[in-house]
This record gives sequence, C-alpha cells and structure tokens, in this order.
Amino acid sequence: MMMEEQNGKPHKEDVCPGKKDKLNLETANAQIEETKGPEFWRSLEELAGSGEFQEMMHREFPKGASEWLDTVSRRGFMKLMGASLAMAGMTACTKQPLEPIVPYVKQPEEIVPGKPLFFATAFTLGGYAAPLLVESHLYRPTKIEGNDKHPVSLGGTDVFSQASVLGLYDPDRSQNVIHLGNVSSWGQFKEVILATLKDQSASQGAGIRVLTGAFSSPALADQSQAFLKLYPQAKWHVYEPVNRDNAYEGAKLAFGQPVDTQYQLENADVIVTLDADFLYAGFPGFTKYARDYAKRRDPDSGNMSRMYAIESSPTSTGLKSDHRLPVRAVDVEMIACQLAGSSGGSLSGAQAKFVASVVKELQAHRGSSVVIPGEHQPPAVHALAHAINAQLGNVGKTVVYTDTVVANPANQTESLKDLVADMKAGKVQWLIVSGVNPLFDSPADVNFADAFNGVPNRVHLGLYQDETAEQCHWHINETHYLESWGDTRAFDGTVSIVQPLIAPLYDGKSLHELLGVLSDDAQLSAYNVVQDYWRKQHPGSDFDLFWRRSLHDGWVQGTTYTPKQVSAKSENFSQTTTTRSTFSSGGPASAIEINFRPDPSIYDGRFSNNAWLQELPKPLSKLTWDNAVWIGPVMAERMGVATKDLVRVEVNGAKVDLPVWIQAGHPDNSITVFLGYGRKRAGRAGTGAGFDVYPLRTTATPYFTTGAQVTKISGTYLLASTQGYQTMDAGDETRPIVRTATLEEYKQHADFNEEKPPAELTLYPGFDAQYKKEPYAWGMTIDLNSCVGCNNCIIACQSENNIAVVGKEQVNHGRHMHWIRVDAYYQGDRSDPQAYFQPVPCMQCENAPCELVCPVGATTHSTEGLNDMVYNRCVGTRYCSNNCPYKVRRFNFFLFSDWDTPQYKMMRNPDVTVRSRGVMEKCTYCVQRISEYRIKAEESGTTDRNTDGDLKTACQQSCPANAIIFGNINDANSQVSKLKAKQRNYGLLDDLNTRPRTTYLAEIRNPNPELQG
Amino acid sequence: MADLMQVEPGEQKPPVIAPGHNYGTVTDKIADVVLKKPVSLGWLGGLFVCFLILQWMLYGVTLLFFKGVGVWGVNIPIGWGFAIVNFVWWIGIGHAGTLISAILLLLRQSWRNSINRFAEAMTLFAVACAGMYPIFHLGRPWLAYWLFPYPNTMGYWPNFRSPLVWDVFAVTTYGTISLVFWFVGLIPDLATMRERTDKKILKYIFGMAALGWRFSARHWSRYETAYLLLAGLATPLVLSVHTVVSFDFAVGIVPGWHTTIFPPYFVAGAIYSGFAMVLVLAIPIRKFYNLGDFITERHIENSAMVMLGTGWIVAYGYAFEAFMNWYGGDVYEGFVRFNRFHGPYALTYMALLFFNLVVPQVLWIRKVRINNFWLFLISLDVLVGMWLERFVIVVVSLHRDFLNSSWGMYYPTQVDWAIFIGTLGFFTACIFLFMRVLPAISIFELRTLLPEAESVKHE
Repeated sequence: MMMEEQNGKPHKEDVCPGKKDKLNLETANAQIEETKGPEFWRSLEELAGSGEFQEMMHREFPKGASEWLDTVSRRGFMKLMGASLAMAGMTACTKQPLEPIVPYVKQPEEIVPGKPLFFATAFTLGGYAAPLLVESHLYRPTKIEGNDKHPVSLGGTDVFSQASVLGLYDPDRSQNVIHLGNVSSWGQFKEVILATLKDQSASQGAGIRVLTGAFSSPALADQSQAFLKLYPQAKWHVYEPVNRDNAYEGAKLAFGQPVDTQYQLENADVIVTLDADFLYAGFPGFTKYARDYAKRRDPDSGNMSRMYAIESSPTSTGLKSDHRLPVRAVDVEMIACQLAGSSGGSLSGAQAKFVASVVKELQAHRGSSVVIPGEHQPPAVHALAHAINAQLGNVGKTVVYTDTVVANPANQTESLKDLVADMKAGKVQWLIVSGVNPLFDSPADVNFADAFNGVPNRVHLGLYQDETAEQCHWHINETHYLESWGDTRAFDGTVSIVQPLIAPLYDGKSLHELLGVLSDDAQLSAYNVVQDYWRKQHPGSDFDLFWRRSLHDGWVQGTTYTPKQVSAKSENFSQTTTTRSTFSSGGPASAIEINFRPDPSIYDGRFSNNAWLQELPKPLSKLTWDNAVWIGPVMAERMGVATKDLVRVEVNGAKVDLPVWIQAGHPDNSITVFLGYGRKRAGRAGTGAGFDVYPLRTTATPYFTTGAQVTKISGTYLLASTQGYQTMDAGDETRPIVRTATLEEYKQHADFNEEKPPAELTLYPGFDAQYKKEPYAWGMTIDLNSCVGCNNCIIACQSENNIAVVGKEQVNHGRHMHWIRVDAYYQGDRSDPQAYFQPVPCMQCENAPCELVCPVGATTHSTEGLNDMVYNRCVGTRYCSNNCPYKVRRFNFFLFSDWDTPQYKMMRNPDVTVRSRGVMEKCTYCVQRISEYRIKAEESGTTDRNTDGDLKTACQQSCPANAIIFGNINDANSQVSKLKAKQRNYGLLDDLNTRPRTTYLAEIRNPNPELQG
Repeated sequence: MADLMQVEPGEQKPPVIAPGHNYGTVTDKIADVVLKKPVSLGWLGGLFVCFLILQWMLYGVTLLFFKGVGVWGVNIPIGWGFAIVNFVWWIGIGHAGTLISAILLLLRQSWRNSINRFAEAMTLFAVACAGMYPIFHLGRPWLAYWLFPYPNTMGYWPNFRSPLVWDVFAVTTYGTISLVFWFVGLIPDLATMRERTDKKILKYIFGMAALGWRFSARHWSRYETAYLLLAGLATPLVLSVHTVVSFDFAVGIVPGWHTTIFPPYFVAGAIYSGFAMVLVLAIPIRKFYNLGDFITERHIENSAMVMLGTGWIVAYGYAFEAFMNWYGGDVYEGFVRFNRFHGPYALTYMALLFFNLVVPQVLWIRKVRINNFWLFLISLDVLVGMWLERFVIVVVSLHRDFLNSSWGMYYPTQVDWAIFIGTLGFFTACIFLFMRVLPAISIFELRTLLPEAESVKHE
C-alpha cells in the first residue's frame, strides 16, 4: 500500500517478477532435471506455467498481507508497535470469568485416576492382526500388551505391535491435510474431490485407482466392494514390498487356489524348515508359533521336538534348530525336491547325509512332522512343501489349510505392474494411495515414479508425509490404529474389532472415511462403517450385546476359520516331486547370490521413524540404526573385507554401496541385504539411516537372485552394534555363560551347577531365613530353550519403563539404555556355528556387588529381595556399574530422556520416573507392577502368596515363547519355584557368590545322533 | 647429623649444602628469589603458557558441567576413565611430598630440609588437582556434598561400606593435613620475609601470614614440638591414603581389581611417581634459580635411589599380580593376564612395563643418577609409566570383564585430554606462582644444616 502511494508503481510487478519473461520450456526442463526431492512437484507446476500458482509461490503471504514486506515508514512502524503494545496490555486486563467450575459431578464410570484401564484392540501388519490389550492411563494409551485370552496371542506380542505406541505419539507424524505443499483442510479436500468425482461417475470411475497395502478387514473389504460397485471401471490395487505372493502362487500351484497354511507345531515332533524364519515377528502367526515351538522344546516333557533348518541367510529360527544346513537360497528348491524323493541335483557329502537323515526322520514321523517353506522361496518350493506334507500325512494334523486371511490374495506384484501400465497409458486420472509408500519401496524395474508423476491427481493417505506423500497433490493425515475404528483378522482368521484408545491427536482420517467421501457419503465415520458391517453379519436384537462383547473380548466369536479341505492338483504334485530333475538353478556354485530380507526391526521401512525399533539390536548381528550387507566369514576372507568396510553391490543393473557385516553361519557365495533403510523422508529417526537397497530389487527376483557382484571399495562406515563380541571364548578358555547339553547328556544328569558355591559360604548367615519371613521373595527364571531371540522383551521393557533412546553415536559409545538385552553367542565353526540367545535383565543378586560400593546408598536391597535403585539419591559415580559382573546397569551420560516433546509426555508410563541426566538406572523387575499387586493383595486381604497370572513383569507378559517366568519364590507352588527346582536351573556367574534371583534354565539341544560328530 | 655434613674424601658423596655458605648467604639466596630478583621474562612466559593450558581445562569442565559426563569417553562397561586415572595419578604424586617432609623428618634425614618446602607445595597442588576429579567425574556434580555425612532433613546418610566414602575421608584429611603442615612449616620463613622486605604492603602481608612470629626461643621450642607432632600425624597418611585409594579397586570384584596386593603396591607406586615429580621440579628449579648450592647432587641422587627402590617394589607387584592370575586358576582372572598381553590395549601394558621397569634400571649407574638431563628424562618416563599403570588398572580391567557380550572399548575424547592436560597447566601454574611469592626452600631448616648450626648445637 505504502509503496504504491510513494512510488506510484503497480504492485504486481514487484511481487511477481517472473512474469516478465516467459518460461523457456527447455530451460524449465533442465531445471526440473536438476531439482530433486521436495521441490519436484513445484517445478512441475511451474512448467505448467499457471499464473496464479506463480503468484502464490512468490507471495509468501496472501494478498494484502504481503504489503508488510515493503518498507514501512518510521512513523507507521511506531504506530503499529504502539497499537500492538496497547493491545498486549489489554489482554492482561481481561478478567477471569467468575462462574464457578465444579469437578466431576458424577465420576465417569470405571475411571480412577492413577489406575490404568485395559482395552482390547488389534495391530495389523501385512493384513495379519496381533490381538492386543492396551493399557490406558486416563484415556492415554501407554503400553501394548498381548491379549491373553485370544488364542493367537495368549499374551504374547511381537516387536512391531509393542513399538506401535511410540508410533502413535511420534511427533513427526503428519498433522495436517496438505495440498501442494501448503496446509489445507479436510473440508477443502472434500470440496475438490466431490466436484471431480462428478466427472468420474460419467465414466464409471474409469480414471480412479486405489493403491493400498494388504488388508484383512472384513468391513474394509465390504466397503471396497461397494466402492467398486459404484465405480465399476475403477480398480483397486494392492502392493506391499514384503508380501505373500510366493505362498499364494505356491498354493495355486498345488491346489489351484490361494490358501493360508497354518502349522500346528504343538503336534510336531519333527520340524523341517525350507528357509523359513517362522520365529520372526514378520512371519504370520509368529506369536502362536513361538509359543507352540517353545512348548515342545521342554526336555523334561519327554516329547521334545527336533528341528532341522535348511536355510540361506541365518535367522533366529535356523540358529535355534538342532541341525542347520546353510545353503544358498537358490539351492533350497533342489533340496526340497530331494526331500520329496527326487534324485536330481548334486549335493556334497555332508549335505547328502543331512538330507538323508531328514528324510528318514520325516518318514519315521508321518503325521507328526511338518515342513515349512520360507516366504521368500519361490512358489515351487511352497508347492513342494505342500506335496511333502501331504505325502507324510501331516495335513489335518500338523498342517491346516484355511481361507486366506487377507481379503484380496491377488498377486501383488502383478497388481502393481497393472497399475503402472495403466498409469503409463494415461488411463489414471485419480490415484489414491493409502498406507503404502511405493515411491520408496516399489521394485526398480517397474519405474513407478515415472509413471506416477504422469497421473494428474494424486492423493495420499498416510501417517507420515513420506516419499510418496511428497509427490502427491493431496496428502491427508491418517489416523493411527490406536485412534480409529476398524476390524482385522488374526492369522487363524479370528476377527478383532480395532477400537480407538484416544481421539485422533491431529484430526486424522481413516481409509474408511476417505472411501466414504469417494463413495459420496462424506458424513460417514469409521465407527459407522465397522458397526454397520457387523450389524449386517449379526442381525438380531442382541447386537448390542454382541458388539460390546466383541469389543470387550478383543475378538468376534465365530469368525475363526475352520480347516479347509483342499484337493491337490495331481498333475502339479507329481511334477513337482519325483520326476523333476531340473531346477531353477542360479548358475554355477560360484555365482554370488543376493538375498533381500525385510529388516528384523523396521520391516520394509514403514517403521523406520520408530526410534525404539531403530535402536533395537537386530536379533543376530545386534546392529542398530543401520543395515549392512551380510557376508559369510569364508567369503569375507576371500574378498579381504572386514566388518564396517564398504563394498559395492551390483545386481540387476543397479548398484548400492553398503558396509559389510560378517555374519557367522552365512552360506558362502551369498550375501544378504535388508530392506527398509535409506529413507529420504521418514522423520527425525529414520531419515538418512542406513542404505536403500530397493534399487537392487526387481519384480522378477524380489527375494533372491544370483549374479550379484560384490567389490570392495575404499572407506569404512560406522556400524553401531550393542554386542561387539559374540563368542563365549576368552583367551584360551570358553566361559560357562550359556550352559548347554544335548538331550542325551541331560538325561544322564548333566551338572549345570558345578561351580555354585554352597549356600553357607557367606559371612552373613541367614540370608534364606530372612527372606523366608517375608510374604514375597521375587525371583525369575529365563528358559534358554524357549527364548527365540525375538527381542520382544526389550521393547516391552522400553515401553513399560520409559527407557530413553540414545541414537546411533551413543550406541556406538556403549551407552544404550536397554534394561534387558538379548545376548547372542556363536560357538564353533564360523560358517556353521551353534548359536544361543540369552536375555539378560538385572539378576537382583541377593549378595549384590553394586549395593556395597555405592557411596550414597542409592542402590539398596528391599526386604523382598529386590535390588532397588533410588534415582533421587544417585550422584552418578558409576561404581555400581563397574562392580556389576552382568553389566546390566545403564547410565544417563547425557540428558537422554526427552523432557520437552509434548507427545512423549502423554506416552510415558506415569508409574515410572523419567530419569534425568547423571543417574544410574536398571531393571527393577517392574517394581511398579509389584507395588500395584501388593496393594491390591493387601486390600483384598488375600493370604494366597502365589502371584502367578496376576503379576507379570513387562518382559514376561510380552514373551510369546513364555521363556521368562517371574513370581514369588517363597511360594513353593509358584511356577518360578518349580522351575528353579529343575535340574537345569543355574545362576549366571554364580561362582562369584552373588546369589542371583534371576536364574537360567540351561539350553538343551536335541540333535540327531546320526548327524552328530 | 654431623656425618651428613662432612664430605668424606673416600666416598665421593656430594654435600647437602655446597661449602662456603653461612646464615646470611643462605637467607639472602633464598629470600632474594622472592624479594629482590626482577620478574624475568622466562618466568612470565612460563606462567602465561601454563595459564593458557589451564584455560583448556576450564573449557573442558564447562562443557562437562553443561552437558554431562557423556562428553568423555566413558561408557558401559568402562564407567571410569581418565577422571579416575588422573585422580589416582595426582594423589600418588602428592605422596612424595609428605614422605619427604614427614617420614624423612622423623627418620632425621636432614638432607630433606632443602627440598621439603617445594615438595610439600607440590603435594598440595597435586592434591588440589586430584581433588577436582572425583567431583568432575560425578554424573551430578552439584550433589557431591552428599558423600559427606552431615545432618540433613532428607533422611540421607552415606553408605560407609563403600570405599568411595573412605576415599572422601582419606583425601580430605590428606588435603587438610598437607595444607596445615606446609603452612606451619612456612611460618618462621614468612617472618623472615617480613623482616627483609622493604615494601610496606609486603611487610603487612607477610606479617599477617607469619601470625606474630618473633623468633623467640619459646616460639622455637613450641614450634619444634608442634611440627614434630604434625609430622607424626602426616606419616600414617603416606601409607593410608593410597591404601584407601587402592581399596576403590581392591574391594570391587572386577578381575584385575580384586587383589590383596593393591595397598602396598599402590603406596610404592605413589612414592615412585612422587619422587619422579620431585625431580622433574627440582632439576629445573636448581638450574634456573641458581639453587644448585642447596639442592645438590646429593638430593638428586638420593631421590633417584628412592625411585629405583620403589620401582622394584612396583615391579614385584606386577610380577605377583601376573603370578596370582595364573596360580589362582580363575577363568576371569586368568584372562586379565591374557588380555593385558594380547588384548586391544596390549600396547599400553607393554609401554607401562617398558617405562616403569626397563628404563629406570639405568639408575643403577651412578653417572646417570647425577646427570640432571638424563635423570629429568627418566623422571618424566616414570611419570608417564605410572600414569599408564593407572590406565591399565582402571580401563583395561573394566573393558573386558565377566560377560563377553558386554565387552567394550574406551577411547578418550578431546574433553578427556583437555581436562587432563589442563590440570597439568593448573599444577605448573601454581608451582610458578609459588616460586615467586614464597621461599621455595625452607630457610630456617636449611640453616640448621650449616656448620654454624653445628657449633650452636654443641655448645
């Protein structure tokens, strides 16, 4: 305004100088070539030369506001400042309203401040639900627990669902509807899309495409059907980078239809895996499998199972097996044929012996054995496994077929290819992407990004403004599953209703609501969609009861799948078994194979901004914050590379530079890379961590291929591992840290307590007498046989106890804060080692070395035998940690806890202190839970001192394998007392006479005598 | 005492004081350093450099207090790093001063009269350096006073089972006694200074500090008694302080710490490094301030012999530590020996053996013992060696203890070095100031060594 008055110049010229000279198409193109990342869409629009757009880009503020950018006269400035000062003063004069306010007139039912409530809901990964109970403090979800009444969970969870509560409160979550990079609103979006959809309805939605991840939600399936009915020409595509295409294609080969396979491991005497990692959180049914597997690994039961693993890249499953045959992934098919009876292919002597023993065992256990194919093995291997299981009569006993859990078991790779073809052909006018990130994780050969950028209208619904959101015209912030209604199926088909624990933090929308808008029903809420669907399924007057009960229990009764009778397509069965002698071989044995695996912590990259998962040491390598390329020790030696050296991996015409991790047990001439890292727009935790290997992956070879080239390049890369030393050998001796025996040795009385000092070896007599006087004496056992190294306890503990995340650099310095860790040890031949997992929480020593040395009495002993930590008293000498032989104490070297971010304040467990800088902390046996239990017990006046079932530590609660048992050792009937009485119970480093309350049950392996020695 | 004074022609023992001195010349020579000599450029430059180095420490400490002990290389499992290494090292250095002033006084080794003053000052400054570290090293240094038992409303009381509490008492007692002993020793000389200075302000200051000392016979008589009593008090400290410091380790169960040999071995090591520091200070002082007449070859040689002797005690400690590691048959203890020789810090252990055991053996040769240049280098070598010894004990023991999964590495950071080198600056800056403002050699005690004093005594 002022400028116009003073200079008399038209305003527009200054604001929009770009208008003067028209854009040259060629230079604009060149500019676009140069620009990368976040500016890309902006360049596109510039290319379009839209006038308004140009103006908008140059005007930081809307019309009228930008005048303030011009020079303000001194007088004008003084006036303005004077006015704002006066107005600032006025606000202070505002009186508080005099109306009295009253606290709860009627206290809401069931809410007692300080006492948490638990609500049933479910977390979904790849369509498979993890049934949960979520702890809620005054309507803030704080902790995820498994639904102990649900047959799939029985209390167990997996790391992804455990960590999802951090995802809810992630401050980097998208908080707004974004249109062309600017904050917009849901209302504006609705306006725009409703106007456009009118055009689309003419063509029956021929220009509409929806791309989502795999889903099992019956309500969503129903809604999508309705949507497709409304727009018959529209198409719904499903793609996730880690999918079950192989399993479904294998089932189609074998049975002509896609089915889900469930394994009844509690009935299996012999388990043979064909590169299957069923003891990993991403495997459908993991929690149940871990539990069933562990149940059959009890050496005292008399029916301990035996597991053989034929696998490529080492996994927890392989390392837990009694016999492991490391082969390249490409050779698994040949071995599967051998198991099925073929004589084709060539095996080395040791391999042949292995296969012969496995065949013999399988034959000896007809109907009580199981062959499990790996998700990343090609359809043929799945078909072979089906054939073998059928031949052995396992079907119906250890193997059960059901309908697929996901609503749409179509081939996802094909689905994506179709979408790209349509996009390229210009058939797509509106693309709605929900919950997936194809611009980051689609296979390199489909060139998704190119086709995608040609679509005129792109809408993204997601939790984050990720790589895909950035390239979309509209981004709508999605609700987290803890904020929205929904339903989902567990791997056995049981439906759980997803009920929200909290109102959407950022007013996000769910896919149900977005579909509602697309179906011209803009008022639709997710709650209505889900409830209406189930009302249709359960008509009748008792629907309210049914609904309440389903919500309360955490599952809908009568939805569990019944076993499905499938008939083998005989021609395929015969073809895949005996007659076959040619295999999809990967060329010569010296050809280097590359394996693509989802990352054990961040999966396909969707959890990459979850700092708990980023800092979670990967089960085998104990790496954090990064992915490395795994190379076997022999190959590494041949190549002359060491861990942390950089190598260049070239395959499928692309190359990626990665650091090396030498992984014991990795087969020769094979490497493994992990998906999900190298995100460009993930958030503060995920962006820039690790290396993106998706460029190496193609639709033809999604999980492995041969012909990779690995060359050493100069330089090293910092890898932060929490366990730098992964053997029990020290000097010339092997330390008795994990004590093991074979089943035979165990039966002949192996002694695991040789070094234990006698109880009377103390200057302070009466330890036991003192503790016996108390009603409770807390103790824990950890069954090393059951532990599958899944890391779930670590995340559960982190969530329960408000444990801080420290970041890669601090992890590298040895300053990670996990109160419980899972140590992995490799013994023996590096190429085919024995490996053991050992969870290590605080041992709560009765004779604790830490307590003695603290000068300020900050760590003291409770009457119930807990080694308490008093944060307030701690001055931070770190002497206790030095003197702790188990090194379970963790120190706040800096202010590691985030005290400022408001979201995290909501997330924390109010029963546990958030620690500040300079104090020591450690496992407390979840003392807050103990106190809560004790108060309840005193209130009720019970004299029953058995706490089993009512009191569980966080690690115990979450453990799917029931490896951790905690309880009252003063009660002879408690589970923990019974376990401690077992012969294989031993105390770690008990020769130091620390008298640990946490003890271990020695690991007993059940090797086949034929294959031993 | 007479035998000390006489230079026996057969043996070529140098005298404690060069011949030709009398009361007047002794007093002049020592007091002039403070009162008459102009401020030299060398002194100013030296002080300036030391002061600059001291700033480095301030930088490190500021960062430390602002951010937390994470600015150091410490971690889990190596909870103690440079702070404790330096603490033990500095405390050890202090021991020589107390040994010289107290034990040698009681043993009537009157040759110590020429070096006790600055040795005590050295003790004081070394204890000051050492005393800083336990506070720096705390996670919450502002709560350091919680280590003291004092009446409070928090229901708080220290844990007297912890060696760190013993440490607090040992070090504070040591610091207090050293200060009192040093100051009491200064009183007659402060009075001398008061008498000799022309400047009014200095007369006033020295006069205040001299507490009304009038050189009366009664003063002397009481003074001698008091000084002897103080020496008696200080004597057990020479043994007890480092014994208690060694308990910090010996009480712990960490392999490499849990050793009964630690107390005597630590005391010997302390005296070893302390005498090395005395020499490192005495050699330049006698050169640059022309005090060769008072700090004679006799002193230098005696100190060198003490070093050789304590060096052998330390060597015995190393040998028996290794032997017991093997003889004990314990897996973890046995590994300590293996790890020291073959682990990632093997080089530091090798260097320690070389610096502390091999190099000092040249002190068997008398020519080396009286050669200032070589002796200076050997003393530096011992100081480095003893520092490495503490590093090996603290860091190398901690970095690989019981569970292989929790093994780690310690890499000192820039702040670790800044604070360590900064305290060296603090120490030397204090020494520089001390040299200029107080008589660095005890005038009145030195005078008792003169032939004139002999005649007085005989009368």
